[in-house]
Amino acid sequence: MLRIATLAVALAAASALATTATAEAPKKGGVLKFAVSAEPPNYDCHGATSFAFIHPVRPHYSTLLKFDAPKYPKIKGDLADSWTVTEDGLTYTFKLRQNVKFHDGSPLTSADVKASYERILNPPQGVVSIRKAAYADITAIETPDAHTVIFKLKAPNAAMLANFASPWDCIYSAAKLKQDPRFPEKNILGTGPFKFVEHAAGSHWVGERFADYYEPGKPYLDGFRAFFITNTAARVNALQAGEVLTEFRGHSPADRDKLTKALGDKVEVLESAWVCSLVVTFNTQKKPFDDARVRRALSFAIDRWKGAEALSKIALVRHVGGLLRPGYELAANEVELAKLPGWGKDIAKARAEAKRLLQEAGVKDLKFKFTNRNIPMPYTPVGIFLINEWRQIGVQVEHEQLETRLYTNALRSGNYEAGLDFNCDFMDEPNLQLIKYISADKSSINFGRYTDRKLDELYEKQARATNAKDRARFIREFEAHALQQAYTFPTIWWHRIIVQWKQLKGWDITPSHYLNQDLADVWLNQ
Amino acid sequence: MLRYTAKRILLMIPTLIGVAILVFILLRLAPGDIVELKLLAEGGQVSPEALAAERARLGLDKSYWLQFVDWISGLFVGDFGISMWTGRPVIDEIASRLELSLQVAIMATILATAIAVPLGTLAALFKDTWIDHVVRVFAIAGLAVPSFWLGMLFIMGLLLTFNWIPPLTYTPIYKDPLGNLAQLIWPALAVGYRYSAVAARMTRSTVIEVLHEDYIRTARAKGVYERLVVARHAMRNALLPVITVIGLEFAFLIGGLVVTEQVFNLNGIGKLFVQTVTRGDYTMVQALVMLIAAFFIVINLLVDLLYAALDPRIRYK
Repeated sequence: MLRIATLAVALAAASALATTATAEAPKKGGVLKFAVSAEPPNYDCHGATSFAFIHPVRPHYSTLLKFDAPKYPKIKGDLADSWTVTEDGLTYTFKLRQNVKFHDGSPLTSADVKASYERILNPPQGVVSIRKAAYADITAIETPDAHTVIFKLKAPNAAMLANFASPWDCIYSAAKLKQDPRFPEKNILGTGPFKFVEHAAGSHWVGERFADYYEPGKPYLDGFRAFFITNTAARVNALQAGEVLTEFRGHSPADRDKLTKALGDKVEVLESAWVCSLVVTFNTQKKPFDDARVRRALSFAIDRWKGAEALSKIALVRHVGGLLRPGYELAANEVELAKLPGWGKDIAKARAEAKRLLQEAGVKDLKFKFTNRNIPMPYTPVGIFLINEWRQIGVQVEHEQLETRLYTNALRSGNYEAGLDFNCDFMDEPNLQLIKYISADKSSINFGRYTDRKLDELYEKQARATNAKDRARFIREFEAHALQQAYTFPTIWWHRIIVQWKQLKGWDITPSHYLNQDLADVWLNQ
Repeated sequence: MLRYTAKRILLMIPTLIGVAILVFILLRLAPGDIVELKLLAEGGQVSPEALAAERARLGLDKSYWLQFVDWISGLFVGDFGISMWTGRPVIDEIASRLELSLQVAIMATILATAIAVPLGTLAALFKDTWIDHVVRVFAIAGLAVPSFWLGMLFIMGLLLTFNWIPPLTYTPIYKDPLGNLAQLIWPALAVGYRYSAVAARMTRSTVIEVLHEDYIRTARAKGVYERLVVARHAMRNALLPVITVIGLEFAFLIGGLVVTEQVFNLNGIGKLFVQTVTRGDYTMVQALVMLIAAFFIVINLLVDLLYAALDPRIRYK
């Protein structure tokens, strides 16, 4: 009996393995069609900030490291075959792959990596480098041989290794940069899995398989075609009709439900928490928002827990968290969150405290204008939710929704009272997420216009911490202080929803819409 | 006639200069600029120095007066400038979209005229009969239903019935006529319906009015066949205001299909216009406004010249 059972289990296991192997063996060929809801202004990774850039452009380039999407936040080599970091955290040595070629056939060497990072660190005249500050600790880049790159730092930086996996740090040809430092703005020449074919402005982008890609057998696709579809309904229609197989940024719950209802088991839904949050920020140079009690009162008034539950049905927000994404290893857990002002689950008690704080601050019949972005998802529903929450403590708020250019200008120039800002990054990393909260003279994305040296000091300490325990402690301290002061505070974290046709394989969702977009592992089951 | 045409063409210059000044000033009244949008709107951490450098690169650090002189002097030698958003020549950006917009406008105009003139005339000839009522319902429905909404209905109908939507990318008609029509016939129908409703109502009114004129009564008294009375005497006069409506609508369609282009994901001038205005791409908006203004002026001139061709009494001096 036991032998029969063992045999049955063995057969079942073998069968399961065979099925898995059959189901997961990538097939070659086919062109992946996907939608992108915006369009990149130019082709230069180092000066770009939008997912609309990453989705069509990233497949043409390689980076030093990249995130291992199924095992996020694990990092793996892209151009780097291996790497070491000295114990003091001051020297990073990368050994490059030997067989990497640019799409024009020229070989990639350490000189290309050096030239690319020097362009980020010290952009020549006319070149925009968005992430220069992230590499400010680098003092020298050495290339002892054609396949070794050494980065020397002036101080340890807890985020540095992950920074080298940034999807924005495309490696360009040193020879081309020498000819023209702005060459990447209008030309695509990378070492990525796909060669550039065509960009029809306003319409589509085409890439084709690079036969000399360094990973033998990859990419599996013959090519890809990205369609720029700005209208949400048109995008969903294209997906429903099978004109595109996916859209990699994310759908609203309503669109997800519409597509799954229409297409049934032809599509699959992938969901993940998202390294994006909408934050309320106050212009602390305007009364009464110069008073921490008023700001804190407005944080206390928000029922984040109930709000997350309700809003998740209509908007792409779902998770209650502090300054770091819920679920991330350094984020506050639920017990820690409950101790933060405005994160308790007893909303009646919180609102009583909010009213008390307003009274203590001498603020009666508070009225203000709340500046928001005119992007429906998720800015509008979250804005309306907040205004309703504030109404519960007697605060009257006017909702001012501006188009992005005016909204950005209002926040940046201080021409607002309170506003809904956002914090969206390519990875979970305190150095990225906390920079919004440090003093305005140290952070270009702090629109609260305040100076708080305690936050600056704690930020620096966590960034320089050489062990995780110390770093976590500094982060908790930072978070407690930032939310007590409530210059800027998170509302509800985003939730990423991707609907894709089932024949699309090899793509894994991550908490960032900037990651896993080189399409090297993607294949079509057709 | 030749002198009149030349005079009208010369008059275009001050008109266009006026448009240029107006658009230049209006664009700069709104706060914010393209540099902030490009580098900061997605959360980029950019130093004020980098922003200033980018502004200088785009010429936004110059005085308004110098910016205007740079732009207007370029216009006189046919240089519309470089898009501040894409860095590509404005003329290339517009050219790649103009073909599509022109084709939709032409198709919609043909459809609208083919529907409106016979229907409007029939309604006038059979005034207050069931034919007139049907045409009036058709026309009022066309005026009441926005083109983009009709377009959405078309797409929903196609999607639910055939699980198909029009192609996402534009193929010129000379390369793939079927593919081209499969994409553009739907927006042309959606837009053409509203357009035909406007023209049909105008045709009906003017034909009714003309049919009461003395010369029509005279023609009938002389025993001219009714068909000839309508075709030769009534229609030539009645069509003058209809031509004006058709001309203006045609000019409007070049840049005015903003929402319809979004619904059908058409890469046309209307969509480009909205995108560039929201981005604050001054050079592109300025060029588009100038193009559309020039288009309106030229269409108006052509309409006036057509008046003379249709009505021998009209002679321009």
